[in-house]
Amino acid sequence: MTATHYNDKVVRQFAIMTVVWGIVGMLVGVLIAAQLLWPDLLPPYSFLSFARLRPLHTNAVIFAFGGSALFATSYYIVQRTCHTRLFLDKLAAFTFWGWQVVILLAAITLPLGMTSSKEYAELEWPIDILIAIVWVAYGVVFFGTIAQRKVKHIYVANWFFAAYIITIAVLHIVNSLAIPVTLTKSYSIYPGVVDAMVQWWYGHNAVGFFLTAAFLGMMYYFVPKQAGRPVYSYRLSVVHFWALISTYMWAGPHHLHYTTLPDWAQSLGMVFSLILLAPSWGGMINGMMTLSGAWHKLRTDPILKFLIVSLSFYGMSTFEGPMMSIKTVNSLSHYTDWTIGHVHSGALGWVAMISIGTMYALIPKLYGREQMYSVKLIDVHFWTTTVGVVLYITSMWIAGVMQGLMWRATNADGTLTYAFIESIKSTYPYYAVRLAGGTMVFAGMLLMAWNVWKTIAGRTTTADSPVVQPA
Amino acid sequence: MDIGTVRGLITAALFIAFLALVFWAYSKRRKADFDELARLPLEDDPPVKDSGSKTP
Repeated sequence: MTATHYNDKVVRQFAIMTVVWGIVGMLVGVLIAAQLLWPDLLPPYSFLSFARLRPLHTNAVIFAFGGSALFATSYYIVQRTCHTRLFLDKLAAFTFWGWQVVILLAAITLPLGMTSSKEYAELEWPIDILIAIVWVAYGVVFFGTIAQRKVKHIYVANWFFAAYIITIAVLHIVNSLAIPVTLTKSYSIYPGVVDAMVQWWYGHNAVGFFLTAAFLGMMYYFVPKQAGRPVYSYRLSVVHFWALISTYMWAGPHHLHYTTLPDWAQSLGMVFSLILLAPSWGGMINGMMTLSGAWHKLRTDPILKFLIVSLSFYGMSTFEGPMMSIKTVNSLSHYTDWTIGHVHSGALGWVAMISIGTMYALIPKLYGREQMYSVKLIDVHFWTTTVGVVLYITSMWIAGVMQGLMWRATNADGTLTYAFIESIKSTYPYYAVRLAGGTMVFAGMLLMAWNVWKTIAGRTTTADSPVVQPA
Repeated sequence: MDIGTVRGLITAALFIAFLALVFWAYSKRRKADFDELARLPLEDDPPVKDSGSKTP
């Protein structure tokens, strides 16, 4: 028996939650940005402190917003490019509800201070186990769908998604190995610097596979689709896929420059980070050049603007990353707000913008509409986001370089020129600019929510699209 | 064989594998196939709503 329709229900659910969690995650981001500017902004409860809210922000934007966008698009793309319905509907539904439970548990436990204290892996062991179960189910659904494909070839977007699903499973399980002491407290099984190395092997590959490879999968479907042009160079996509996934694995030590990690490991991390420029730019070039012959569409199509500008930010942050991994540059940039600027040029500029553009392309299709309720509003959203991101990253660049220079400045007699607090004082104006930029990005998400609401209003029972027979 | 030699050989093997991949991907024989595959995302729309939905 062959299913005649795609499973669009789970895609719709994840697509809507992408918008919802985007708003929640970015709201917390704006809140903590405001806290840095006005430390007494919120009442002095521990669960409202910066230290508790910051992991809530990172988890919400990466795993709730970004994760939902990836579930939605990977399920959508794998069905279309394999010309078959998703494998096991019930398991797919389980991945949706399971992922939402994980997010809710994170939203409760992180403000309460329950944390493993591993960055981007703060959640405690019971939640880690649930994540592992949901993720394995995700893998079964995804690879099951690939296995029952009606075409011979596995499209490149699916290769990126496959690499991301497998790698995240391995990273999550290995990094989260811990000895539980109570229901809400556990200790990592790794000692000392080994723990740090495992953590940043996880941390950097979370960037490489969750925030890069998977979103490249999204890019390889929605950029050609929206541009109405074939992928610029399919052979480049093959080469840069293999180069990217085999190089990223080794770049983690650059998070531990000038620590007790052995020098050779730091240098290895730096060299692999430098090599990463090539496969990263392979993806950027391939995405941008797909627009060859269709550049005029950028004038009229705000969705394409989102997609192409996201690729520009991707190219920029993947140039900046290797540069910052050079030890001498890192000695200036590390522990400063430059790092925060770099992360957000990737996270807002690349990940958020490509997700937003993709959702604007995807949501009308899922609800049987030609396009979004207001195309004009997409354009407004594009500009608020672009200007917001630029304000955010430029302010953090300046703040970071300034902090780095102040911290290393010494007087003729060898004493430090500045006390630490002076560098914080000098950062305040930039915190204000960052808050303004972040607020613009957040405001754009509210516009998106309204636009999505008007697009889908009264269409909650839309029929699924029929499976298209391969040509 | 000491461990340094083994590591060197692994590095050399991976480098050769990468070159083989590049030559395979860029060989003339693969061109027609890849050109067809590059069009995959464009060919999965239901025929009824194929036009007009791409640009606003």
